Amino acid sequence: MSETIAERSDERPGSGPTAEARHVSGVSIRLDGVTKQYPGQRTPAVDAVSLEIPAGQIVVFVGPSGCGKTTLLKMLNRLIEPSGGTIYLGDEDVTGQNADQLRRRIGYVIQADGLFPHMTVGTNVGLVPKMLKWGKERVAARVDELLDLVGLDPETYRDRYPKELSGGQQRRVGVARALAADPPVLLMDEPFGAVDPITRQRLQDELLRIQEELGKTIVFVTHDFDEAVKLGDRIVVFDVGARVVQYDTPEAILADPAEDYVADFVGAGATLKQLTLTRVGDVELRQPQVARVGEDSAPVVRRAQAAGDQYVVVTDRRGRPISWPSLAELSRTSTVPDTVDEHLPVVGLHSTLNDALDTMLAASQGGVVVTGRDGVAGVMVVETVMAAIQQTRGEAQG
Amino acid sequence: MTAPMPAGAQAYPETETDDPQAAVQTRSRARSASGRGGWRGLLVQPVLIAAGTLAFVLWRATAELSDTETRQLGWSALGRNIVDHLQLTLVAGVLVLAIGIPLGVLLTRGPFRRATPLVLAVANTGQAAPAIGLFVLLATWLGFGFGFRSAVVALVLYTVLPVLRNTMVGLEGVDARLVEAGRGMGMSALAVLFRVELPLAVPVMLAGVRTALVLLVGTATLATFISGGGLGLLITTGVNLSLDALLVSGAVLVALLALAVDWVGRVIEHLARPKGL
Repeated sequence: MSETIAERSDERPGSGPTAEARHVSGVSIRLDGVTKQYPGQRTPAVDAVSLEIPAGQIVVFVGPSGCGKTTLLKMLNRLIEPSGGTIYLGDEDVTGQNADQLRRRIGYVIQADGLFPHMTVGTNVGLVPKMLKWGKERVAARVDELLDLVGLDPETYRDRYPKELSGGQQRRVGVARALAADPPVLLMDEPFGAVDPITRQRLQDELLRIQEELGKTIVFVTHDFDEAVKLGDRIVVFDVGARVVQYDTPEAILADPAEDYVADFVGAGATLKQLTLTRVGDVELRQPQVARVGEDSAPVVRRAQAAGDQYVVVTDRRGRPISWPSLAELSRTSTVPDTVDEHLPVVGLHSTLNDALDTMLAASQGGVVVTGRDGVAGVMVVETVMAAIQQTRGEAQG
Repeated sequence: MTAPMPAGAQAYPETETDDPQAAVQTRSRARSASGRGGWRGLLVQPVLIAAGTLAFVLWRATAELSDTETRQLGWSALGRNIVDHLQLTLVAGVLVLAIGIPLGVLLTRGPFRRATPLVLAVANTGQAAPAIGLFVLLATWLGFGFGFRSAVVALVLYTVLPVLRNTMVGLEGVDARLVEAGRGMGMSALAVLFRVELPLAVPVMLAGVRTALVLLVGTATLATFISGGGLGLLITTGVNLSLDALLVSGAVLVALLALAVDWVGRVIEHLARPKGL
């Protein structure tokens, strides 16, 4: 199973974030009248929820805290036993199945510190495969593959302890661990809470990229509607008792909230919400002049001048952008320098315009470098975001 | 596996610069915490113990002693008392671990939680009761008889509390989310206990074990009142016959033994502390 992911990525047609025929390795989940009634409470925490979650999609549960969305999620892997109703994974009724066996087939990412602090990153990630009695070498290979997948260099991070990682890196390891045994279903319970906004945005981008590659069925719980709009193929808006108020695509919910409750939850800035619906990959990007570390500076400067550019994107030897110097800076050096700009504003093709704007503001720059599968995909400037706002305004009025 | 993940690190250059400063800082902090500082503290104690032992041996070799004192402080008599004392401590210690740790684990598991106040009350009483009273009570009224056996029982009753309580506190201090993460990924309750909860509780548990062992060394001096042997013999003889040399020797040896046991405990704590904490 571990080899298939790499093969899949070769089969995948196109590389745009909206690639139609994306690979699906997930299975559907069907809830039929699922109920949780705690003893001694008059109203059920989850009241007869019936839902169908299509295979290979990200479905986001949103709602205020205490609405039962997390309870519902935890009933999917039976961390909480339903007191009524049936849960199907694909066509299989899993309500009565051995819970431990079931959970090894369902990836689970929890809020914040779910990593075991006394185990190395590698051990953490390899836990489920080991439980499934994979051979030692197969587990080790799988661990490296997954760390690579979530953007952590296996050599560097495999033997570190969780505490030696930043918050964002810990979340990546959490995702890798949940994906370890290649489960068809991934449950994520506010996995990117409690990290700073920029890191959170990168984690979201990365989840979307991974999902594009793997096509799992992902159920994602959050109380942040922006996050729901960004990540969800579909969104379920819950009210108290896990009452399903609306279950639809983000576009449809934004355009036509089912009740006042949803409209309130969505919030007033509907125009700005459109920024969350538009991906960086959907707008036209400018093609910058790109220079590699170690190239002679003079021809690069001439090339940029000929193209009428003031700035050059510098990439490392693997094609990843590391800095964005002006021609004046560059012409002072003989070869393109390998200085890494820690604050270089970078977003992925999956990022929303909202993210791009945030990133620009955080870096105090008027543009961002956009990266795609093969390195630099282009640059986007603040005017592009403004134009998108103008356009949606115009559409809303017309 | 050789097939690359093309998008991986390539598309996301920020991965390595993802707050590296913070990570590096925690890394170095983690190192210094478990590194030199801890070991330096561990080096002082054995030096003191060695110095104390040396002083005692020198004094013993040169001091002018009465007949009784010479007999009691003869190397063979001394050796027997020390061995007796250690035997009491070790046997009681093993029993304390065998009772305290499983009981502590049990009392933190679902249905048994309700028994916690009751068991803690009993253990508290055991420790709050005057130790000497426990010894005498067990030997006389409760029919355990005089000697080694009832001394061990009394010692166990007296020192099980720190092990029991620290086991419970240690287990309860484990982040509930980690337990949930373990269960959520399909580990059985038993696997979570052994792979997650106990390893993380080890530092607190070992602190309790060390406390219990030191208590045991000190309390075992009372065993002599019910003919249980040990270094208490030197002290009581010294008191009864007004032989200060015996009294002080007994006290000093017990203190050195307690310090030594404490040190061994600290070394074990240091070595057994899970990495990465």
